[in-house]
Order: sequence, then structure tokens, then C-alpha cells
Amino acid sequence: MLRTWRQRITITDIVVWTIGFAIAVMVVYGSAKTLALGKYTTETWIDLSITGLALGGVYALIALGYTLVYGILRMINFAHSEVFMSGPFTAAFAAEALVKQGLWNTYPVLSLLIVLTVSAGVSAIIAILVERIAYRPLRHAPRLVPLITAIGASFFLQYTFRGLYGSGLKGYPEMEIFKGFWIIAGIRVFKTQAAAIIGAVVLMLILYAIVQKTKMGKAMRSVSEDKEVAALMGIDVDRTIATTFALGGVAAGLAGILYLLLFPVAHFYMGFFPGLKAFTAAVLGGIGNVPGAFLGAMVLGLLESVGPSLFLDGLGIPAAYQMKDAIAFTILVFILIFRPSGILGERLTQAKA
Amino acid sequence: MPLLEVENLHTYYGNIHALKGISLTVEKGEIVTLIGGNGAGKTTTLRTICGLLKPREGRVKLEGEDLTQYKAHDIVYKGIAMVPEGRGVFARLTVMENLEMGAFSLKSKDQVNKNIERIFGLFPRLKDRRSQVAGTLSGGEQQMLATGRALMANPSILLMDEPSMGLAPVLVEVIFDTIEQVNKEGVTILLVEQNALMALGVAHRGYVLQTGEIILSDSADKLQKNSTVQKAYLGME
Repeated sequence: MLRTWRQRITITDIVVWTIGFAIAVMVVYGSAKTLALGKYTTETWIDLSITGLALGGVYALIALGYTLVYGILRMINFAHSEVFMSGPFTAAFAAEALVKQGLWNTYPVLSLLIVLTVSAGVSAIIAILVERIAYRPLRHAPRLVPLITAIGASFFLQYTFRGLYGSGLKGYPEMEIFKGFWIIAGIRVFKTQAAAIIGAVVLMLILYAIVQKTKMGKAMRSVSEDKEVAALMGIDVDRTIATTFALGGVAAGLAGILYLLLFPVAHFYMGFFPGLKAFTAAVLGGIGNVPGAFLGAMVLGLLESVGPSLFLDGLGIPAAYQMKDAIAFTILVFILIFRPSGILGERLTQAKA
Repeated sequence: MPLLEVENLHTYYGNIHALKGISLTVEKGEIVTLIGGNGAGKTTTLRTICGLLKPREGRVKLEGEDLTQYKAHDIVYKGIAMVPEGRGVFARLTVMENLEMGAFSLKSKDQVNKNIERIFGLFPRLKDRRSQVAGTLSGGEQQMLATGRALMANPSILLMDEPSMGLAPVLVEVIFDTIEQVNKEGVTILLVEQNALMALGVAHRGYVLQTGEIILSDSADKLQKNSTVQKAYLGME
């Protein structure tokens, strides 16, 4: 018995478990110390959590695009971060025009609708074009090939948008209706953050309902299981795949506007980090799984915003907040080591059987 | 005019000449079976008819209309439905959703609901499991679902690829009973089977395939009595 244990545990396992244990101790000790020091008030913690949820909501909408495309093509669309960038970057110009016309604050709902439509529309069109040009001709190529074209498409889009709109930062005008904060149950919530959280939750629910309940959504799920049999049902597989990209694009474009509410600056590089994090969120939640993407995104958003202050401040690290990404990704790596299929993901071997 | 007419079909997998001039006809209301050993080209014939494979030569006609140039997803609209080999149910969709997908080519919601009722009449077991995910069904139930799903499209001809594969003998009987029943309701069937004995038992006519060619065709009764067939496919001496 002892012998089999010895044989089964490798050095790598020991190292991984030790580091994991050390991190767990650090997290618990750091959190306890931070809380004992009482450096932050309850309001601050709530503030940080709300920030995390708002970020998580934006990640969730972007993650939907990754997860839907992965579900149907078993491929990571690495150009999705640029699909995300293209919409809000374009919408920032539309917003500027609306400000110049004096409509921005006089007709806020109309303006918001216009900006959302522009953003979702542009992102959807870019997503469809990427699929048509960079992926569809390579549908039967080895898996690495579309990965290369994805990276190519990503750079192409970044520099095309840089060329078109300039490499500077593009300010996104603030809207009067989103200025200030609400007091909800004694908690101060910035209106932008509230809008981002509510918007993300509502949109996720709508998009999830589309995937689960509509004929188009069911066709998408059929294609993701078996393309040949789906074709035998009369489902046009190519069109369904294009629709999936479009739906992911719409979600990313809408996410872009929520993102601009939180960080009101657009630029050609704005897709990179949110894209990467949304991809991470999708994997964390269990890629291919829509509720998983939502859950993963919320966990990541919270880790990123609450994590640094909670885990590190007590340890006396001076600029804890600068380490937010390091913390988020370290914890992520460990979640995945112990649960490779993600939080809600099914074991891949079972799914194939 | 025959309902389905296949003329001189040549299909290749890369350089492999899989079908070497298959010609066959199916009349309205018939059950016709293709029997033959592994690699004889039975499945390839069905896959070419329903558009999943493109023939290099030859034609597939349904009621006189040439379907050879249509894509697989258009051919369902023309009236050919297929129950694929290994059943191919959508494992993560519910029984209901699988049936709805079978009716993807239908526009009218009423028609879909009517067909679902009909399928539930044919396979009451599916009705009990309507909201269950298809991956959790037994092999026999999955075969019923795959058959029901294909019937949802109101096809004029149903192609069935190895419906008995991997099923217990009792279930094979059940499946063949339903094949006969479906046929009595007016659906024409082209049936591919390894289980030649069962297939010739329900079929009106049969074709025997060997390495991509038809070597024999006759009524099912006569094929059962044919000495070549008896030796090669029915396991008799």
C-alpha cells in the first residue's frame, strides 16, 4: 500500500502541493492579518466587491464569445479580444458625434441605444468577417493552423483600427444620468457600476435564453455536438457557425459599452487585457459552458478587485493593488491544477464517451 | 417512376474507389435492404444518397428530380431523412429538443407538434423520457429517438443505417417491428443491415453489395433462398 503511494506521487506533485499549501497559508494569514489590522472599513470591502462584480459582468459577456465558439468549433478564437475592441472603439466616435449634436445628455436613452447598436453591430460584423476569412477556409486544416490565423487576424485588426482611428486615446464622454451614485440599502453604489452589473446580468440571461430556447440556439447546440448529423436535420452548418460568431460579437460589443462606462477611454489596444481575462474566465468556469463563463468571470472579477487588499495588505506589501493580475492568475492556475475542467466544466473524457 | 433512383454511383474516399457504379431503385411504399459484409459500401451508398458524400460520377434522383448537386442540409427539404449509423442522437439535448431538431426543415409549429404526438404514439417510451437528456437513454431508446427524429421531417423516404447495431436481440426485434409499422403507415424505407436475416425478414426486395458493387438483386424471399446469400450472409451451409 505504502509502496503504491510512493510510486504514484512524483516530485512535481510534491512541489505543486507545497506551493499550493504555501499560497493557501499566505492567503489565509494575509486575510486574517488584514482584517485584524482593521485598515479597511466594511464599506470599503463592499465597494471593492461591487467593483469586482462590475468587472466580472463585463468579462462574462466577452467570455460568452469564447465559450460559444469553443463549443461549436473546439477552437479558441484569439481574435475575439479585437472583436471586443472594434465595437466600443467605433462607438466612442459615435458618442463624440452625439455630444457635438447636443443629443448626448438631452436624449440619453436614445443616445445609449445608438451607441450600443453601433458597438454591437461593428463587433458582430468583425466577428463574422474573421470567421469567414480566417477560419472557414481552414475548417479541415490541422488545429494549429486556425490558431495562427487567429493571431494574424488579431494583429491585423489591432493595426487596422490603429491606422483608421489613430493610436491615441479616445475619451468616452460621461453621461449625466450615470454621474454620481445611488444609496442602496445603506450601501453606496456608483451608477456606472450598477449599470454594468445590471446590464451584464440581464444581457447574459437574454443570451443564455437565446442559446437554450430558440430554434437557432438549439441548432447551434446540435452543430456543436455533431456537425454531420446536424446537416442531416437540414441545419446549414456554415450559417449556424457564422451566427454563433455574430452572437459572440454582439455580446462583446455590448460588453464594450459597459466597459467604457467603467473605464471611459477607448484605444486600439483596449481589447488585449479584457480579452485575455475573459478567456481565462471562460476556462475557469469550464469552457463551452455558458453559466460557467458567467461564474468564472464573476470569480475572476472578485479575485482581481478584492484579492490584493485582502490577501496582501496584511503582509505589509506596499503597492498591493499593482499585483492584482498576479494574484488573480496565480489563484487561477491553482484552481485549474486541481480542477482542470473548470468550475462547471464536464470532464472531457466523459463528454466524448 | 421509382421514388428513389440511383444511377451508376461512383464515390471515392481520396483515391480509394469505394462505390464502383451502384444502381438501384426504390418504389414508393417498399422496404428495400442493402446487405453485405464490412467495407462493401453500404454506408457509403447511404451517405452519398443523403449528400454527405459527393459522387464523382452518377446520379441520385428522387421522384425524377436530380439531387446530386444539393448539399446535405438541402436534401432533407426534398424528402430524404436518414437515421445515421451509431444513431447520432444529440447527447446533451433533451429528447424533445432532439425531436424538434428532426423537424428543423418544417416551418409550421402545428405540424411539429402533430409529428411529436405521432412519434410519441409510435414510441411511448420516448414520451416518458421527453425532458431527459438523450445521452442518458439506453441504446434501444436512442435508436427509437434517432428513428423518431428522422420521421419528424415527414420524409418520403427514410434511410436507415444499421439500426440493429449494438442492440440486444430483444431490442432488435422491437426495432424491426417498428420498421414494419412505420412502413405500413406509408413511409418508404431503404435499410442497410449487417443482420441480413432480420433485414430480409422485413424487406420486400434486397440488393447484395460486395466491394463497392451490386452482385445480386432480387425479392427478399428469393434472396433468402439463394445459396450464395445463405453461405455468405446468413451463416448457413
